[in-house]
Amino acid sequence: MAAVIETVELSKSYRKHEAVRGLNLSVQAGSVCAFLGQNGAGKSSTIKMLLGMVRPTSGTGSILGHRIDREEESLLIRQRVAFVAEDKRLYDYMTVEQIVRFTKSFFPRWNHDFERRLMEQFELPPERRIRQLSKGMRTKLALLLGFARDCELLILDEPTEGLDPVAIEDVLQIVVSLVAEGTTVFFSSHQIAEVEQVADHVLMIDRGQLVLDAPMDQVKEQYRHIQAVFPSPVEERDFRLAGIETIRAEGCTVSLVASHNLDSIVEHVRMLHAGSIDVEPLSLKEIFLGKVKARS
Amino acid sequence: MFRKPNPSSGVPIYVQIKEQIRHAIETGAMSAGDQLPGIRGLAETLVINPNTVIKVYRELEQEGVLEIRHGLGAFIASRRRSRSKTEELRDAQRSVREFVETLREQGLDEGEIRRLFEAELAGEFQRR
Repeated sequence: MAAVIETVELSKSYRKHEAVRGLNLSVQAGSVCAFLGQNGAGKSSTIKMLLGMVRPTSGTGSILGHRIDREEESLLIRQRVAFVAEDKRLYDYMTVEQIVRFTKSFFPRWNHDFERRLMEQFELPPERRIRQLSKGMRTKLALLLGFARDCELLILDEPTEGLDPVAIEDVLQIVVSLVAEGTTVFFSSHQIAEVEQVADHVLMIDRGQLVLDAPMDQVKEQYRHIQAVFPSPVEERDFRLAGIETIRAEGCTVSLVASHNLDSIVEHVRMLHAGSIDVEPLSLKEIFLGKVKARS
Repeated sequence: MFRKPNPSSGVPIYVQIKEQIRHAIETGAMSAGDQLPGIRGLAETLVINPNTVIKVYRELEQEGVLEIRHGLGAFIASRRRSRSKTEELRDAQRSVREFVETLREQGLDEGEIRRLFEAELAGEFQRR
């Protein structure tokens, strides 16, 4: 499979603040890649660099074969990539119908049937001015304008913000159908449950650096929480092994998060004469909190 | 027919769907020759990634549970083809390994385990 998005040591600094530090990404064609991180972790800066809206301070990257740091190619990128921004900025004075007509005039590949179907499914009122739309409606409209472009790559920044659970499920279902047709989706989200549901690859960014880059199934299969109780007090340094991500030792108990190498870790814990050893799977949310907390 | 998986359970979604299909076969809800939903159809119904459905069908095909007929879709395989001898032996080997490990954890040593196995097998064959 080919990489649709690729970056090499991509970095961005704003004066003294390093927003993105040496990012090496590779997103494969046909995948749904989730991009997770706290507010201010560098997600939006990264997305803006990918789209050629912001110039990298150093490093480089490409989208669909176009270099992101060359001005003459950024137009091509914006023609071929559908992007739904986090702020869902739209022309407030237009009606829903007007902005749809206005937007589609720029895109020859516009999918008219899909547009009509989404207008109905999202129950968007054609005559209403954008200024008078609820937050959820705005999000739906912004998504419609992105989805109907029929692009091979969709970049969505917080695509379900402000939506109720039914609408979220609708949006995820549309994403699923688009992927079945071969579209690649790169999306950032705070809603970890929805990420777990549809993403096949997870990227986590913290303070501008990548802290996790793995297939979702691998994360689910290999990340484990290990809790062990020992006859006498233990210390963190007893557990510095390959595959251990976090260690919390309190008296006679230790709580570990392992990302791989589970068998050897359990064996090591057993050798330290643990009285009981519990191994449990971890949810993505727990992994996320662990990654972020471990560094703060 | 299939239920939505629980995405935050810690069990990968593809494993959950595989279990559902196996369960459908075991309970007789689906039997040899029955067709499974298309990749896109199942992905849309369960709102899961189509690549996950592809992985499920591919793995179940390798395990002999499904048959992929190109251009037609995925079907439940007939039972006699459902597992090869090698796979049966490999599964058995895994059960034995796990069992031996359990006995070891209970404090039995190699000789004791060996004697128990041999006694059991000898008795088993005599009873036949």
